[in-house]
Amino acid sequence: MSATATSTTAPAAATGFEPVILGFTCNWCSYRASDLAGTARMKYPPNIRLVRLMCSGRLDPAFVLTAFANGADGVMVSGCWPGECHYIEQNIKALRRFLLLRRVVESMGIEPRRLQLVWASAAEGQRFATEITRIVEEVRELGPLGWGRGAEQAPEVAVEAAVAAAEAAESGEGAPAASPEAPPEAQPAEVPA
Amino acid sequence: MSTGQERIGVYICHCGSNIAGIVDVAEVSRWAGEALASQGVVISRDDKFMCASSGQELIEKDIAELGLNRVVVAACSPHMHEKTFRGACARAGLNPYLCELVSIREHVSWVHTDKAAATAKAKAVVAGGVFRVKEHAPLEPLRVPIHPATLVVGGGIAGISTALEIADAGFPVHLVERQPSIGGHMAQFDKTFPTLDCSACILTPKMVEAGTHKNITLHTWSEVTDVKGYVGNFTVTIKEKARYIIYDLCTGCGICQEKCPAKVQDLEFEAGLGYRKVAYMPFPQAVPKVPVIDRDNCTYFSKGTCKACEKFCPTNAIDFTQEDKEVVVEVGNIVLATGFELFDARRIEQYGYGRLPNVFTSLEFERMSNAAGPTSGHIVLRDGVTEPKAVGIVHCVGSRDRNYNNYCSAICCMQSLKFAHLVKEHTDATVYNFYIDIRAAGKAFDEFYQRVLEEGTVFVRGRVAEVTDALRPDEADQAGRIIVQVEDTLAGQQRRIPLDMVILSAGLEPPADAKETGRLFGISCSSDGWVIERHPKLDPVATMTDGVFAAGCALGPRDIPSSVTNGAAAAARILGRIQQKEMALEPVRATVDEARCSGCRICNDLCPYNAIIFHEDRMVTEVNPALCQGCGTCVAACPAGAISGTGFSDAQILSQIEGLLMLTASGEPRKAVPA
Amino acid sequence: MSRFLYYPGCSMDSSARAYGDSIEEVCRPLEIDLQEIDDWNCCGASEYMALSQTRAFALISRNLALAERQKNGTDTLIAPCSLCYLNLAKTDHYMQEDPRLSKKLNMALDADGLSYTPGALAVRHLLDIVLDEVGLEKVRSHVVKPLTGLRLAPYLGCLVTRPDYGHRWRSREHPKELDHLLAALGAEVVDFPLRTECCGGHMTQISPGTGFELIRRLVDAAARQGADALVTLCPMCQMNVDAYQAEMNRHYKSSYHMPILFFTQLMGIAFGSPPDMLGFGTELVSASGVLAKIGVKQPETPEAEAAGAAARKHRPKQTGLPMPVMPADEEGQR
Repeated sequence: MSATATSTTAPAAATGFEPVILGFTCNWCSYRASDLAGTARMKYPPNIRLVRLMCSGRLDPAFVLTAFANGADGVMVSGCWPGECHYIEQNIKALRRFLLLRRVVESMGIEPRRLQLVWASAAEGQRFATEITRIVEEVRELGPLGWGRGAEQAPEVAVEAAVAAAEAAESGEGAPAASPEAPPEAQPAEVPA
Repeated sequence: MSTGQERIGVYICHCGSNIAGIVDVAEVSRWAGEALASQGVVISRDDKFMCASSGQELIEKDIAELGLNRVVVAACSPHMHEKTFRGACARAGLNPYLCELVSIREHVSWVHTDKAAATAKAKAVVAGGVFRVKEHAPLEPLRVPIHPATLVVGGGIAGISTALEIADAGFPVHLVERQPSIGGHMAQFDKTFPTLDCSACILTPKMVEAGTHKNITLHTWSEVTDVKGYVGNFTVTIKEKARYIIYDLCTGCGICQEKCPAKVQDLEFEAGLGYRKVAYMPFPQAVPKVPVIDRDNCTYFSKGTCKACEKFCPTNAIDFTQEDKEVVVEVGNIVLATGFELFDARRIEQYGYGRLPNVFTSLEFERMSNAAGPTSGHIVLRDGVTEPKAVGIVHCVGSRDRNYNNYCSAICCMQSLKFAHLVKEHTDATVYNFYIDIRAAGKAFDEFYQRVLEEGTVFVRGRVAEVTDALRPDEADQAGRIIVQVEDTLAGQQRRIPLDMVILSAGLEPPADAKETGRLFGISCSSDGWVIERHPKLDPVATMTDGVFAAGCALGPRDIPSSVTNGAAAAARILGRIQQKEMALEPVRATVDEARCSGCRICNDLCPYNAIIFHEDRMVTEVNPALCQGCGTCVAACPAGAISGTGFSDAQILSQIEGLLMLTASGEPRKAVPA
Repeated sequence: MSRFLYYPGCSMDSSARAYGDSIEEVCRPLEIDLQEIDDWNCCGASEYMALSQTRAFALISRNLALAERQKNGTDTLIAPCSLCYLNLAKTDHYMQEDPRLSKKLNMALDADGLSYTPGALAVRHLLDIVLDEVGLEKVRSHVVKPLTGLRLAPYLGCLVTRPDYGHRWRSREHPKELDHLLAALGAEVVDFPLRTECCGGHMTQISPGTGFELIRRLVDAAARQGADALVTLCPMCQMNVDAYQAEMNRHYKSSYHMPILFFTQLMGIAFGSPPDMLGFGTELVSASGVLAKIGVKQPETPEAEAAGAAARKHRPKQTGLPMPVMPADEEGQR
């Protein structure tokens, strides 16, 4: 039974929270799409930082988990459209991994909307910018990721705490929601131990 | 692997004001020198144009004087200048793969407006680069030999030109064509614009040259069925379909064609406007001059009788037992010259093609106007006899149209003007051209347009709404004619113009199996189906796949001179490669550490290039570095981490992630998570 | 026995009585059981939709709701009138596409204790049912009096093949479905170029000049093709071409005489039903000539033969250049 992921904050607008999203791009399509967005001067929020891989098939799930553990509030995985992969069909393998990974991430207490998949061909600069904008807003709504984000605790401890909180919420004990945070700096989330 | 001995130089480029206008480059440089000193940064600079020789010299100087062994440049996209900065490092004696270029232009200054946020992100991006470069190892490019033979797929004007260029330079070419003869669409045309050269007259000498050239092996009535390998070393399987005629015995006398009693509508060469025999040569100047028996329509194959061709053949060249043959060739490079197909005008019902007899497509008209065509060059209605008194030519049929194809097919305007001229030359008819714009940009093109204007062709600017035989009561005297209903935008009114014949300038489309062709050769097609070139401006004949090029309409609609130029360009590239005898490949490859491989074989099925081999005797997997294209899928899949990907190793990427995330969105250091 | 839900529409009892009567007549031999919807209301035609879309949809959806309630082994709702058919199909389609509309309409329906689940019914035109559910083989098997020698111009009108939510029709501009049916009845179908052109609709009242011009084009084209009659499936088209033909003739000082009949009337004649059971005689442009032509086999007079030949002159000869290959135009292939 997956623990219901809970958002830990008040509406983002009130707190001025700026999410950090890590984006994995493939060298042939989505990285070029991001280049094209730049050449065409499309504008999108600065909350995303890109990692270049040769292919979306290179995406090791450990990369995504490391990103979350190191403070990313959201992760975007992108690659060529199915049927157009520069390496023929590796984006299909990436898709399989992504779907499974999302389930895993969800069962760890992370909202599934924090991990998103975007296909973008090298010609779709405009679309790439639009998708990033959308994802940034969605993650902003979800708020900062509760654990590993400058917390004093090690990720394992934070995960346990999150699971415990979720269980408590499920059983209706009305565990207090963690207090919303104003500056997204190092402040431990208030979760019952 | 990071040894802690790294001495990193960081260079922030202003790119004039492209980056410096939004990102505070001085601040980023200062911060990098300070906050990343613990990571090994010994010098951090910012400069107006890092890609200029002065910028590169900065790097070279620092490498020499400060003993740098890693370089990070924050500037434009690696797709632009990765080679430039690697070159600078190499000149200074540093392995070029110890340099990392991160983009703070396309990915930061050009796409964000908030200067503070952009500066913070630029810092994070630089940090990512620094963390990553620590994990870089010196690499050597893989050198592969280049096989001197070339495969050209498609025997139209583009394919023939390419083949001749390479063959004339002294190297072997395999020219594969799926029709029984080379020549392509150009062989069907009557005259070419703007010179009105007879198309066959300028094409056939080239065809003959290609057919007799000692360096060109023609594979007509053939298709490529499999491609394996990589640049310089492709193994290609060609299926030569059975002609039922023994090539070496045939003299091209044509008696079989003459005696064959079965006739069918010729949908290929005559564009449906005429007939051909079942044992046939597509046209008299066919190269090779060897006929083909159309099995699907042959009386012998369906009923077991006839065999007239066999009876009359003077050299006993007919062989009904012939089978398809598979030929395997080794080539170093491939050029796709697969051309175009005409937009199917039947899709636009309102234009009446297929229903109204006197509506013709451009290819049908080319055959009609051609002196060697089904009407011997007479412009006549579908009855084969009557000369039209008024002819309408419709531009942009299936092009520039959201309902069918959005793009412009480039050649139809000139072609329509040519038709107008030809109609006027052959008949006394009044000619109308219905256009949106007149695209006459090439050499002597606009002059041709003016000539056609002076000849008295009527130009109506507007899209044709309907071509119909439904006469209105006040058109009773136009019985038997067709009416074109069109909006005359310049006159500001709708017009109904009675005509005898309408010619539809149908647009160009990629061949129906374009996507399959893409998959076969490992290249990408755009959503329209055209082959995608490596760079639309600067590299228009190469594809993203090393060793596979494209020429002619396979890339998109273009005219004959452009196709020929494409062919020459591709040939030049290939000849350069052949002459250098070997090529350096990017050393982005996967390698298996056999000690860590448990033989689980999870990676085995993941490779689309068959580069992964499993050794049954040792129960370990190996990656063939020459076949490996470096996608990294197997690297990600290995549960034991036994496969490493050079250039994109786990350590490098994980490090980069750490660096990218060391700052919050506003640029404050994030408290590090204990490892 | 194939059962279908049936929405007759207002004109079946009045201006399109011939249609209504002939439908009943032919359904018996074809074993079509039409279950009229209980307490159906007007579909609002085109007027209400122009006044207020939501209210018009609500009015139409009541019929859908009643039909859904009456669903008894069938979920196919047939409407013989083109506009009723389009209104019902459109409402169902938009309710499926737009959940907010669906919610609003169901709220309105709720006031009468009704509700409609979007997509619960398949709204089909009667001609579509005859071709696909009954099939031309069955139609042919009931023909006792083939309409040999009768030249008919198939006229479907503007509403049936567009927008075609259910993707039932093969061609929007030149549908051949009615051609196939008439051919199955033994008639000679002329190549009528205005199969889906406008009959003028309400222009006959709003702007008579426009209306008459449109009617004239249809009648003229049919006459030019040497047709003995136009055959249609829409009460509005039939009324315009029939009831206003005299006025149109006066307007243009022409003397067209082009009867226009419903396809079910022709089916009935072919099946051997008496003309008066099929509404013959109620039309204003008399179809007696049509009946005479098939009731009695008369040799063609030389003048009639020449007229027929003249009309056929512009059709392509068998000699000459071959025509482009069109997708298989077999009957039954929709």
